Amino acid sequence: MREGRQTDASGDIAGLWPRAAFPGPRSIRGIQLGTACGPVALLGGCSGVLDPQGPVGAGEKLILLDALAIMLAIVVPVIVATLAFAWWFRASNSRARYLPDWEFSGRVELVVWSVPALVIMFLGGLAWVSSHDLDPAKPLPAGPVPPVQVEVVSLDWKWLFIYPDQGVASVNELVVPVGAPLHLRLTSGSVMTAFFVPQLGSMIYTMNGMVTQLNLRADHPGSYPGLASHFSGDGFSGMRFQTEAVTPAAFTAWVAAAKSAGPTLDRPGYVELSRQSQDVAPFTYRGAAPGLFEQIAAQQLPPGPGPQGGGSSPAATPVKAP
Amino acid sequence: MKLLGRLGWDALPLDQPIPMIASATVAVGILAVLAWVVIRGRFPYLWREWLTSVDHKRIGVMYTLLAMVMLLRGFSDALMMRSQQAVALHSQGYLPPDHYDQVFSAHGTIMIFFVAMPFLIGLMNFVLPLQLGVRDVAFPTLNSVSFWLTATGALLVNISLGVGEFARTGWLPYPPLSELTYSPGVGVDYYLWSLQISGVGTLLTGINFVTTILKLRAPGMTYLRMPMFCWTSLASSLLIVAAFPILTATLAMLILDRYLGFHFFTNEAGGNVMMFMNLIWAWGHPEVYILILPAFGIFSEVVSTFSGKPLFGYRSMVIATMAICLLSFMVWLHHFFTMGAGADVNAVFGVMSMIIAVPTGVKVFNWLFTLYGGRIRFETPVLWAIGFMITFVIGGMTGVLLAVPPADFLLHNSLFLVAHFHNVIIGGVLFGAFAGYEYWFPKAFGFRLHSGLGKAAFWCWLVGFYLAFMPLYVAGLEGMTRRMQHYDNPAWRPWLLIAAGGAVVILAGIVCQIAQLWVSIAQRERLRDGTGDPWNGRSLEWSTASPPPAFNFAVLPVVEGLDAYWSIKRQAAGEQPRAEPTYGPIETPRNSPTGFVCAFFATVMGFALIWHIWWLAIAGLVGAWATFVVFAWRDRAEDEISAQEVAEIDRQNRSARAVPLIAGAP
Repeated sequence: MREGRQTDASGDIAGLWPRAAFPGPRSIRGIQLGTACGPVALLGGCSGVLDPQGPVGAGEKLILLDALAIMLAIVVPVIVATLAFAWWFRASNSRARYLPDWEFSGRVELVVWSVPALVIMFLGGLAWVSSHDLDPAKPLPAGPVPPVQVEVVSLDWKWLFIYPDQGVASVNELVVPVGAPLHLRLTSGSVMTAFFVPQLGSMIYTMNGMVTQLNLRADHPGSYPGLASHFSGDGFSGMRFQTEAVTPAAFTAWVAAAKSAGPTLDRPGYVELSRQSQDVAPFTYRGAAPGLFEQIAAQQLPPGPGPQGGGSSPAATPVKAP
Repeated sequence: MKLLGRLGWDALPLDQPIPMIASATVAVGILAVLAWVVIRGRFPYLWREWLTSVDHKRIGVMYTLLAMVMLLRGFSDALMMRSQQAVALHSQGYLPPDHYDQVFSAHGTIMIFFVAMPFLIGLMNFVLPLQLGVRDVAFPTLNSVSFWLTATGALLVNISLGVGEFARTGWLPYPPLSELTYSPGVGVDYYLWSLQISGVGTLLTGINFVTTILKLRAPGMTYLRMPMFCWTSLASSLLIVAAFPILTATLAMLILDRYLGFHFFTNEAGGNVMMFMNLIWAWGHPEVYILILPAFGIFSEVVSTFSGKPLFGYRSMVIATMAICLLSFMVWLHHFFTMGAGADVNAVFGVMSMIIAVPTGVKVFNWLFTLYGGRIRFETPVLWAIGFMITFVIGGMTGVLLAVPPADFLLHNSLFLVAHFHNVIIGGVLFGAFAGYEYWFPKAFGFRLHSGLGKAAFWCWLVGFYLAFMPLYVAGLEGMTRRMQHYDNPAWRPWLLIAAGGAVVILAGIVCQIAQLWVSIAQRERLRDGTGDPWNGRSLEWSTASPPPAFNFAVLPVVEGLDAYWSIKRQAAGEQPRAEPTYGPIETPRNSPTGFVCAFFATVMGFALIWHIWWLAIAGLVGAWATFVVFAWRDRAEDEISAQEVAEIDRQNRSARAVPLIAGAP
């Protein structure tokens, strides 16, 4: 976080870009649905990356649209010129001039090289600045709501979320307080995959023996679908979770409820969980052994056994709706 | 059972109707063709003139045929995927995950390695020596070995349909999923050995073409007089030589992991997944330019020929081609911006990736200015070229979009990405291959392809492509990731339904292409081209007969500038035909079964390695090696065609084209 940068609800990248381009409070989202999503809104509504619910997703969406606009300025004329040239210079058009030996023009060559070069210099600058501003590992600015740490473990084929500060854990359900900067540390308890909540922005890989970092924030209460966005085997399609963005009070209540029921996540419990299972219904752990994430990342807990390790025992997947 | 390694009756998918019926159909088809050939007594002809041929033209035709047959297989996979995703909302659809995963893995593998690659290598094989004005490639027998090893790879992939399974890991088998722990079956092994064996063939092809272009050119054909297609083929072949060893080494490391308990890429014992990703993309990114550069060359030839103009900015095009060749090795990391490498690394590779758009943009502009001032004849090849120019700039634009790291954080691995690379591979590579097929078919067989059906095929492909892939861009923006066997977001459904409809339109295009080939053969007398120059071409391949004689040119042409044949035609216009040259005897390389026999043993070896039948693998290896030894000890390497025979063949060609020359065709 840099000094003196504007740190409003849209995050610190807002200083770089016009404020109006960021999604406003929830009350005006209805209008935005019809405009920013464009053709997407026509059929299925807008649920993806064009409907961001936090500063990271909003910043990335803006970069996406900016880059698209810059390139359309050159792509559309090229398409029109292709069609126009092809039509006008058709063999049957006697009014078109035939230049059978016209094969070089220094001036045209100059334009031909400069136009893409200038566009790419402009876009390259955009890419450079935005890569640094939206680096997934870069912390979000502190706000009124205290930050929340989440440790994420991808397993075959479910997501484990450990809340080290709260001492609870959940499977296939990520509950976060609205407005809190989320600091996610991610690893894999099996094969490689990727963590992605399209409406919050920035997917990132999870890999066994390694820890990646991601900073996100949800600015509006809601339930946002999350998924594994890198193919990880037969149960991949069912490896989904809901991100519930709730008020800080509701989050505290959820933690309290989680602490009052459910199994405890200890080493044997984790080994059991790491066996392959599909379409696991969300449930919570009343407690998580401290340091479990580090042990997984440091491979002190073995990676999942794969298909030869047998299926999951019923004990590993207690179903409990929060 | 130990004698047959892991192979047993349970390898046959008797309980799964779809692969069973599919493989039975393929097997019956192959047997029917074989039976027809034998019963009609054509086998000796087939063996003598085609299977053992070392003629670059015949090998080129066989490559192209292989690609077209495999296109049907890869496209069937595509239809299954599109229909599965169209129905799999809140349901399992009709393909269980283990089968669906094989389908998309096979689709990608087949389309890249056994459709796009052989199609373009086939066209390069056929065209390069003719455009360079020479009699063959540098190493004709090696060329035959290359082709048959590619065919071995294709065969092994198709055997996996009926015996065992194919990889369930995607077209690039990212570990640790592809390691023994998570993929214990034979699927990944089928993938690895198919690609290792065909990869040897591809590498040999690259060496062969580089040598041919650098060392064998007609007198006077300096580098800056080579047709654009030769330049792009040179760039592509250089990339093959530089990049394919990386693929071979990477897959060899995975093989060592799977077969001998090494730990290059495993979770345990210090294996590193990220190394695999870096290595595979250090090959993988140049690979996309290996595919697109020859297509750029084809479009350059087609646009120039049918505009009746030289290619605009030839030197710019050469610089752009070689710039792309070099830059393609510096951008591989953009395939995994989401690995968490950090802002500086991501930004550098993002900017590098965008820089490739500059020479590519220059190429598009130069084609545009080649059209400008032209007299464009809208034959089928030029339709593909214009369809390409429009489609490709859209694909290029979405590609640059994905090169912006923060945009990639949202779109990586999504259907947006899938739409992007189909946009450039179908709109670029495949349209280029089809343009080249239409353009050079009359040269290969002496008659044109049916024009109406060709145009119908083009329109079906173009419309089908947009219907099939534009919705996937939208689905990707809606957050749909690739390779989902089922999903529960109803917002994605409409787009997937439209995409499935688009696939059906493409199917109509393929039906038109099959019909076109059939009808053209049936009406070949009507479509016959006696001149050898049906399109009023500009480069040397049009100066010889169609189909060209085994020796290509009775007398090697002397090149005095760009567009060599065009200037010959210009000079000759209105004049009497030049005096008959003095003919000499020509030595042509002797046909050899080396390639076929070697590939037979390679197939045996690959199959045995996949199923752990060690004695058979050793036998296959020894057999392949022995084939080479026998070839190396051959007594006669060449056949001689007498001067008189050469003269007879060439006189026909000269009289056929004397008429249009005197009429002043250009």
